Amino acid sequence: MSIEIDGIHKAFGANQVLRGFSVEAREGETLVILGHSGSGKSVTIKHVVGLLQPDEGEVRVDGERVGGMDIEELFSLRRKVGFVFQFAALFDSMSVADNVAMGLRRMKEVSDEEREERVREALRVVDLVGFEDRAPSELSGGQRKRAGIARAIATRPGYLLYDEPTTGLDPITRAVVDRLINRMKDELGVTGIVITHDMESAFRVADRLAMLYEGKCRLEGTPDEFRNSEDPVVRAFIEGRPELMEEAE
Amino acid sequence: MTRTLLAPVRALGRGTRVFTLAVGSWGSLVVDAVRALRWVQIWAPLTLRQMTRIGVDSVPIALFIAAFTGIVLALQASYTFTGAIPLYFVGVLVGKTMMLELGPVLTGLALSGRVGANISAEIGTMRVTEQIDALETLAYPPVAYLVVPRVIAGTIMFPLVTALAIAMGIVAGWITAIQLLELSTPEFVNGLKLFFLPFDVTYALIKATSFGFVVTSIGCHFGFNTKGGAEGVGRSTTGAVVASSMVILVLDAFWAVLLL
Repeated sequence: MSIEIDGIHKAFGANQVLRGFSVEAREGETLVILGHSGSGKSVTIKHVVGLLQPDEGEVRVDGERVGGMDIEELFSLRRKVGFVFQFAALFDSMSVADNVAMGLRRMKEVSDEEREERVREALRVVDLVGFEDRAPSELSGGQRKRAGIARAIATRPGYLLYDEPTTGLDPITRAVVDRLINRMKDELGVTGIVITHDMESAFRVADRLAMLYEGKCRLEGTPDEFRNSEDPVVRAFIEGRPELMEEAE
Repeated sequence: MTRTLLAPVRALGRGTRVFTLAVGSWGSLVVDAVRALRWVQIWAPLTLRQMTRIGVDSVPIALFIAAFTGIVLALQASYTFTGAIPLYFVGVLVGKTMMLELGPVLTGLALSGRVGANISAEIGTMRVTEQIDALETLAYPPVAYLVVPRVIAGTIMFPLVTALAIAMGIVAGWITAIQLLELSTPEFVNGLKLFFLPFDVTYALIKATSFGFVVTSIGCHFGFNTKGGAEGVGRSTTGAVVASSMVILVLDAFWAVLLL
């Protein structure tokens, strides 16, 4: 059980975003991918669920190549990989409960009663009991993120991909979301990939980290390896000191 | 000097390229929609709701436009015919014009604004807020979920709304004729029946069906290809209305050449 991103290249027109990025998320761990805004972090995880296809290289989930899957195989893959979007991407026209139930409606083996039970359970995990009938527009930023997580975990996926889960949140809500990410791993055994540039959050949730820089993996290691790194690019990012980066260049 | 002379040619070339790419992209979406018909369990439950939104909710505006068109047609016919042509020809003109031209085209244009803009803005907003990506990650084919129900609903409902609009236009013309033109009901009805062919109704419904298809599919196409934030949604919405209005007029001429 792992997600392997193996030497992927991706360009949008003349903009070469990824230039051979490789990293692996191992079973039961939370891997944090760090990088500047626009460095290609979100582009990377969209490859994992087949929303984007690499120009070169490949992504494997449980050893199976995502690039070679037909549409039905992609649907099966997406049922085992939950995706938490940066701004939650909740469906405006539906209540919170209907949003959470969306993925379950595509699972024939889940009965109506079981679906309702799973929606309740997912909302309980993210502490949103009582918000079932609210519209997404009636939720705060933190509640929206939690509803997005509830929607992603309702299908009980083995993997969760978090795209900037703490961006735009206050420090308390950030800590709540980080705790939730850790609970997903500890209580549900979920393997996670978290995309972020929030270092405080990264160190709170990461078992391992990888830094994406200029389309490649600059450093991959444990939180301690990152803290002790002498690489000026890594230090500049962790400490928020652009002058180190300028010196390195 | 040569550069200046060639500038219009270059502009024409660029315009042709953009147009060809847009038509290709729209055609590709239509092909995807045909392929997505196999996911009946996804689009079928959503189609009825779209039929209400696209069709039933559009009835008031279509009837409003048709009523005033019928009134104006009756009055202008009477003004044009003064003395030279018998007044019961008002019924001929109102009936024929509403059925063959103004009923389908005015309803189509009005609905391209209401329905096309709505579809493009809704799907465009879903695109820029990653809701379409979210659908995909939840194992929904977005074309089956968003495009197919709208295109089917539009193709079915446009002719129904158009039929109501034609009826309203004729009734408004009749009321105008008997109230303001000193024409009796039998005279108006005689005029209405004089050159009536059942094919007129078929012709109107064929046009309306094609308008329903293009307005909804073009709205979906612009929505799906929205880029950027609110500005992008605005651009898509305007583009959808302009493009579908133009295609309605081109199709109007096409059906006239082909069927009349």
